Amino acid sequence: MSELTRLSAEEIARRVQAREVSSVEVTRAHLDRIEAVDGGLNAFLHVDRDTALAAAEAVDAEIASGTVRGPLAGVPVAVKDNIATKDLPTSCASRILEGWRPPYDATVVRRLRDGGLVPLGKTNLDEFAMGGSNENSAFGAVRNPWDPSRVPGGSSGGSAAATAAGEAPLALGSDTGGSIRQPGAFTGIVGVKPTYGTVSRYGLVAFSSSLDQIGTFGRSVLDAALLHEVIGGHDPADQTSIDAPLPPVVEATMAGARGDLAGVRVGVVRELSGEGNQPGVLTAFTDAVRVLTDLGADVVEVDCPSFTYAVPAYYLIAPSEASSNLARFDAMRYGLRVGDDGSHSTDEVMSLTREAGFGPEVKRRIMIGTHALSAGSYDALYGRAQKARTLIVRDFAAAFEHCDVLVSPTVPTTAFPLGERVDDPVAMYLADLCTIPTNLAGNAALSVPCGVSSDDGLPVGLQVMAPALADDRAYRVAAAYELARDTSSGTPFAATIPEPAVLETSS
Amino acid sequence: MTSTVDAAPYTVEEVCERFDPVMGLEVHVELNTATKMFCGCRNEFGAEPNTNVCPVCLGLPGSLPRVNARAVEGAVKIGLALNCQVRERSGFARKNYFYPDMPKNFQISQYDDPIVFDGYLDVPLDDGSTWRVEIERAHMEEDTGKSLHMGGATGRIHGASYSLLDYNRAGVPLIEIVTKPILGAGVRAPEIARAYVSALRDVIQGLGVSDVRMDQGSMRCDANVSLMPTGTTEFGTRTETKNVNSLRSVERAVRYEMGRHAGVLLSGGSITQETRHFDEQSGTTSAGRPKETFADYRFFPEPDLVPIEPSAAWVEELRAGLPERPWERRARIQTEWGLSDEELRDLVNAGVLDLVADTVEAGAPAESARSWWVSYLTQQANTAGVEPADLAITPADVARVIALVAEGTLTNKLARQVVDGVLAGEGTPDDVVAGRGLAVVSDDSALTAAVDEALAAQPAIAEKIRAGKTKAAGAIVGAVMKATRGQADAARVQSLVLERVAAGS
Repeated sequence: MSELTRLSAEEIARRVQAREVSSVEVTRAHLDRIEAVDGGLNAFLHVDRDTALAAAEAVDAEIASGTVRGPLAGVPVAVKDNIATKDLPTSCASRILEGWRPPYDATVVRRLRDGGLVPLGKTNLDEFAMGGSNENSAFGAVRNPWDPSRVPGGSSGGSAAATAAGEAPLALGSDTGGSIRQPGAFTGIVGVKPTYGTVSRYGLVAFSSSLDQIGTFGRSVLDAALLHEVIGGHDPADQTSIDAPLPPVVEATMAGARGDLAGVRVGVVRELSGEGNQPGVLTAFTDAVRVLTDLGADVVEVDCPSFTYAVPAYYLIAPSEASSNLARFDAMRYGLRVGDDGSHSTDEVMSLTREAGFGPEVKRRIMIGTHALSAGSYDALYGRAQKARTLIVRDFAAAFEHCDVLVSPTVPTTAFPLGERVDDPVAMYLADLCTIPTNLAGNAALSVPCGVSSDDGLPVGLQVMAPALADDRAYRVAAAYELARDTSSGTPFAATIPEPAVLETSS
Repeated sequence: MTSTVDAAPYTVEEVCERFDPVMGLEVHVELNTATKMFCGCRNEFGAEPNTNVCPVCLGLPGSLPRVNARAVEGAVKIGLALNCQVRERSGFARKNYFYPDMPKNFQISQYDDPIVFDGYLDVPLDDGSTWRVEIERAHMEEDTGKSLHMGGATGRIHGASYSLLDYNRAGVPLIEIVTKPILGAGVRAPEIARAYVSALRDVIQGLGVSDVRMDQGSMRCDANVSLMPTGTTEFGTRTETKNVNSLRSVERAVRYEMGRHAGVLLSGGSITQETRHFDEQSGTTSAGRPKETFADYRFFPEPDLVPIEPSAAWVEELRAGLPERPWERRARIQTEWGLSDEELRDLVNAGVLDLVADTVEAGAPAESARSWWVSYLTQQANTAGVEPADLAITPADVARVIALVAEGTLTNKLARQVVDGVLAGEGTPDDVVAGRGLAVVSDDSALTAAVDEALAAQPAIAEKIRAGKTKAAGAIVGAVMKATRGQADAARVQSLVLERVAAGS
């Protein structure tokens, strides 16, 4: 493994911009790394070496002529495969979109290119971002770099595994119910879900429009913050985008890294932080809270009683929106077409295509959502879920009246074994218990690694939640915690991520 | 017995001996905004198929809608013209159903909080009286694409061997205007339906926010009809007749459905709540596919858009800018120009009232303006198969032609040639006069020379004139007109001939 694939994005950017190393060399190192380890991980669905190297070459040429497009110019990045890219397929890990090439770039992808970043390829995910283990991909499960028998989490499991395994220093994911934070926790890296509306969704293939949020992965808080500032900010193409300045997340990270949290009020969410968590997770979390106290934070316990409704409310709202968002996959204009042999009507072709093209979890959610929106069920299901959502918003508002940030474990368990929950959707859904409330309320949250669980040696995530448009607070706390964590252990946590085992049998 | 068996229609008079009709009219109006409802694609009729499309109106994965502010303005203007209230906060909703010409398989529409609601339109009827139609609501939505079903006899999806899809229309802004139930119309129900749609068309045309062309689909009407036994108050089962594409068809469709319902009910049957298709040829309706008759559209708030909140100040600004109502304008014009009812009706029916008014505004006398538009220009439009308004001549051009005649530069005959030139794209009237060399030869020295020449060529006739037979001058005039290729004023030539003869020429 090249040293280049161990570097932080910040360090890569510094070296490339100082012309100590070229973006082409860095990009090639990561492409080589993908070639070496991805056969076992299956984190990438599409990699285009030539396009990536050409982009890197262009950035090098610009830097040579004195132009630096942005703080991360020259740094490679992986992009989740539900984000539209003009030069790479966008499949959403679904048979129904296999091979589809969008005629346009998502706003975030355009901003990556404008910032001089180099897209390496598209990463694997649960089909249409529906899942928490990456086992719902039509193109095979992703393995956890820490233990190939374990899931990397999901739905952004490919982006998380790629970042943890050094296939990319940075990655974009999307988080609808925890799909960035949960795999971030499972793979021992930083995962950020920004405030809803602060990163454009234009070009993100919609799962649940009112919950979906593009965010970042990095092996450090600063890397995630740097990427956040590249992709964030108002976009007129997304009417849910907020026309306000992006919270100063890089500055807040720098401030946090001075190691002082004096006066910061931290609320431990009682409903998410007690029994129900795996013992090793709870221990790691409690230790992390003690570190925050040591850093000067005022730690209190807060109650968010309505959070108990979050999972059921989410599993009505998200499927309802999904049932409508996924209606467009009908074989008429793009993607898979089944049964168009002259013997079937249009309606039959639509049905046959959807039958063949969607996996079981996607079908389950389309059916749940269709039912929840039906006349006669709407008020009892969708309508009630929206009321629960309002209660959760109020719980957050009340808690943020006397806390600057809230904390909890990111996930109640560590990464579970592949196959363990595939036949138990409810157990699978509970992996999102701690992350879903933030999606429903639209505020900001991130997951930062807080060591490994004493019972299995797998990474644990500390979730830091902040009010809407106050993402900077979460970054400040996470950065302070990260520094204290690494100082006390003597090794940066990122350096402890094990080299992925080469599997005997490929996935 | 079911309603799918067509009963012999009764006349409306017969129907109303036993029943009271109830109508509800839903009119879709395509706005003529430059761009579509939720993207920047051009909104134009008749472009090459699938050329005005983009990721948004094709519903490509990942694309998102953004609201066209001009469309919201059009919706509010229509609402204000229909005396509606404007909602302070109005959201979009998704109407979910599968159809190949709908790119997302849902239509962005509005559900329980339409932008405008609770209004009315006082509709002028043929006998000069007025009927108030109450407006329930008007809401914004996007149009669908167009399916062209090929290989079948009917052009409908049944029996077609394949279909072509054109998404140019997908995402065009639509306003759906829904009436409250129209009660108590009795035998006048068909007439009121037509008069309402006609008045609505005129009002919207006056606002300039839509082309309101029923023949091109920029205005479409669905007519809901039901009957209830006379003296009762509970509405009967209704049918919704679609594909009603002209004012005359609105009237015929309502009349036919009233008669058909009565036939079914009087023979002991019951009406099925269903969508029916109007056939322009036969003037009858037929049942739609059963599938079309009940749909659960699973409306829910559109999560990709934020609610519209029109400010009170903006609404008042739009209200203040509303134009005069078409029929009020007509009454004013009739008085000002001194037109008979018949003359006014001719102008309205020929679709030239506004054109005449604009021509008058451009400086022409009302009488000449009217005469040009009603006769020569209407003929030219008929020949070309277009509406007078679509002719390649503006009211200002016509006013200029009239002015050229008045100042003697053109004769009426030459004026028609100038108009022909403008219609043929040769430029303004002055361009055509110059380009074709059509100005009347009014240069007396040139004319005098021509007259002298003609008199010299025909001394016998000159002698007759000299002898007092002035009628003989016609032959000389004819010769002069021929020599000047018709570009002289014949009256002037006549007097010149007499002058020259008297002068001893």
